[in-house]
Amino acid sequence: MKRLPPIAAALVFLSACEREDREFRPSPVAGEGDAAIALSSIAPGPGGTEMRADTGKAYEENAYHLSEGKRLFTWFNCKGCHANGGGGSGPALMDDRWIYGGEFQNIVQSIGEGRPNGMPSFRGKIPDELIMQIAGYVRSMGRHVPMDAAPGRNDDLMPRPSEHRLPSSPAVTGGTVPPSGQAPQ
Amino acid sequence: MPTKDTAATRYSGLSEITTDNVKDLRVAFTFSTGVNKGHEGAPLVVGGSMFIISPYPNIVYALDLTRPGAPLKWQYNPKPDASSQGVACCDVVNRGPTYSDGRLFFTTLDAHVVALDAETGREAWNVKLGEINRGETMTMAPLVVKDKVIVGISGGEYGVRGWIQALDAADGKSLWKAYSTGPDRDVKIGAEFKPFYEQDRGQDLGVATWPPNAWEIGGGTVWGFTTYDPELDLIFHGTANPGPWNPNQRPGDNKWTNTVFARDPDTGEARWAYQWNPHDLHDWDGINENILVDVEWQGKTRKALVHPDRNGLVYLLDRTTGEVLSANFYHPVNTHQGVDLKTGRIKINAGKYPHENEVIRDVCPTAPGAKDWSPSSFSHQTGLLYIPHNNLCMDWESTEANYIAGTPYVGAEVRMHAGPGGHRGELSAWDVVAGKEVWTIKERFPVWGGTLATAGGLIFYGNMEGWFKAADARTGEVLWQFKTSSGIIGQPTTYRGPDGKQYVAILSGVGGWAGSIVSGDLDPRDGTAALGFVNAMADLKDVTTKGGTLYAFALP
Repeated sequence: MKRLPPIAAALVFLSACEREDREFRPSPVAGEGDAAIALSSIAPGPGGTEMRADTGKAYEENAYHLSEGKRLFTWFNCKGCHANGGGGSGPALMDDRWIYGGEFQNIVQSIGEGRPNGMPSFRGKIPDELIMQIAGYVRSMGRHVPMDAAPGRNDDLMPRPSEHRLPSSPAVTGGTVPPSGQAPQ
Repeated sequence: MPTKDTAATRYSGLSEITTDNVKDLRVAFTFSTGVNKGHEGAPLVVGGSMFIISPYPNIVYALDLTRPGAPLKWQYNPKPDASSQGVACCDVVNRGPTYSDGRLFFTTLDAHVVALDAETGREAWNVKLGEINRGETMTMAPLVVKDKVIVGISGGEYGVRGWIQALDAADGKSLWKAYSTGPDRDVKIGAEFKPFYEQDRGQDLGVATWPPNAWEIGGGTVWGFTTYDPELDLIFHGTANPGPWNPNQRPGDNKWTNTVFARDPDTGEARWAYQWNPHDLHDWDGINENILVDVEWQGKTRKALVHPDRNGLVYLLDRTTGEVLSANFYHPVNTHQGVDLKTGRIKINAGKYPHENEVIRDVCPTAPGAKDWSPSSFSHQTGLLYIPHNNLCMDWESTEANYIAGTPYVGAEVRMHAGPGGHRGELSAWDVVAGKEVWTIKERFPVWGGTLATAGGLIFYGNMEGWFKAADARTGEVLWQFKTSSGIIGQPTTYRGPDGKQYVAILSGVGGWAGSIVSGDLDPRDGTAALGFVNAMADLKDVTTKGGTLYAFALP
C-alpha cells in the first residue's frame, strides 16, 4: 500500500506528459492561403457548401498555441478593437455571429487579408504561424476549442469568465447584417 | 452652426414654445437617415432648408422646409473609404455640418473636408487631410471664422499626432496648421504666447515634457467644438488625451495634450494655453466645449470661458488671459482634489495613480469622464449652464501598449460601472458664478447628447432610452416628453420655419462610445468591450435598438 501513492503520482505525471505535443518550430509548409473556404452557406446544385471543419485542429487543440495566441492577441493590438472578445470598434468575437465566417480558416483569412469594413490586413506583418495561433485563440473565445486546451485565468483584470469556462457558442449563419449592408444605397 | 453662435451658448431667442404650451408639442415631420450608427449631429437650418449629416457613410441630406412634410431636396454621398470604420475608436459618428455664405462644410470619417453648394448640393471642393492608415479620422463639426474653415483631426486612441487647421473657405487650401505636440514652431507658439501659469511656460514644452520622440505619436487630437470671440479676435479649442492611455509609458506633463488654446484665427499663433490635466491618467480629453460668456465676478465684469471638463470640474476662466477664476466639482471625484488656484495645477490623489499592471478599483470619474463631448448650453435668461453628463466610476489597469500605426494605442483594461446613486447620467443646471448645482435630473443612462436652451424658458435634451424631453429651465421639472424610435445622443436644434412657427428638431439614433453596445452589437459578457463602457451599459440592448431618424416638433 505504501508504494501506491508514488505509482499513482508517476502515472499522473507520465500521462500529463502525453497531453499534447508542442510544435516549437512551425511546419515549413504551413501556409494560410491554400485552404478553400466558402463564405456563404448556399451553393448551386446538390451538396451545399463544403465545410472543412478539421482545418486548424493542430492549433485549436493545443494549449501552447492557444496561450501564445492569447498573448499575441494583446501584443498586436487586436484587443484595442475587439476587447476581450466583446468587441468595440471591431465586432464581438465571443458571440455566435460571424460576418465573414467563423471557421478557423475564415479567421486566418480575416487577419491575413483584412476585411473591407475596417479590419486591417496583417499579411506580411504577422508571420503565418502566429496568425494561426491568434486565429486559434479567437476560436477559443466562443469556446470552439476543447475545454482542456483553452486558456485559464488572465494575468490582468478579469473582464469575463476565462476562456475554458465560457459556454460554447456555435456559429449561426444568420443573425447579423454586415456593415456594408447597412448603408443606404 | 451646430453651436448656435460662435460663443457656443446653444441659446435660442425663440419664445413661441413656452413652459405653458410645451405640453402640446407634437411631431411635425420625420425623416429616416437610413444609417444605423450613432447620430451625434445637429440638424442645421438655414433659410428654407434643413441640413443633416449621417454617421459614416456621412451622407448629407437637405430637406425643403417650405413644402409640406419637408421633402428631400438633395442628397450628397461623399463615399468615404469603408476601411475608415476600423480606425474610429468610439463609433463612426459625425457632429454636424456648418453653414457659411451659401456653402455647407463638413468632415468625413476618412479625413476629408468637403464644401457643398447649399442650394444644389454640388461639391465645391473636397480635400483630404489625414491618412486612415495612421489612424487619422475626422468627426468634428467645422467652425467658419472670417472665411476660414477651422477643422481638427481625431484618432487619440491610435497614437495620432493632433492638429488644428484653417482652410480657405473658397477653395479648401490650407492656410495654417498647428500641432498639439512637438517643438514650439509646430505648435505655433511664438512671441505672442503668454500663458497665465508657470506650468505652461518654457521653451519647446511639446518636446521636453515627453520621453524622447514620444510626442510624435502623442495624441492631443482636436475634435471638439471650436468657439470664437470676434471682439478679442481669438478662437478657443481644446486638445485631447495623450497616447497611450497608460501614463507609465509617457512620464512628464505631455504638453500640449488636454489643453485649451487661444489662437489668432488669421495666423494660428497661440496667445495663451492652459493645460487642464498635465500627465493625463485616465483618458481625460480636454476637448469639451468652451462656452464664451461675460460674468460679474467679484464686482467686475469678466470675459469668461466656461468649460465642464472630463475630470469632473466646471472651470471658469478669464478668456483674455487663461486665468482660472474657479473650478468646482459637478461629478463625484476621488482621483484628485481640484485645482490649486495659485499654480493652476490639478491636485492628484496619489492613491488612485494607475501604476502598471495594478488594478485600481472604483476610480471616479471614468475614461469618458464626468462628461464627454456632449455639449452644454447656456441660457442668457436664467444665467445657468445646462450640463448633460455621466455618473460613472471604473476599475482600471494600465498595461503595456505597443505602437503599431493604424491600430489602437491604448494600454489599459477598463471596466466602468454606475457612480454613487446607481443612476448613470444626469442633466444638471449649474450656476457658473457661484460654482454650484441648482437642480439636476437623474437619468438611467449617461446623457450623451447635447442640450438646447430657449427664451421660452425651456431646456431640450434626449436620453439614451429614446425620450426627447423639455424641462423647465428654472426648476428642472420635465414638462413634456416624446418617445422617439431609438436612443438619443444628438444635438437639439430650434428654428423658425418658413411658416413663421417655432420648431424643435433632434436626430434619434443610438450609438457613440456609450451606445456602441447597441450600434456595434457588442457582447455584454465582456465588461471591457468598447474600452470598458459596455460594463456600464449592459442593459441598453434591453431598451433600445439602432436606427437614425430625424424628428421635428411644433405646436399645433
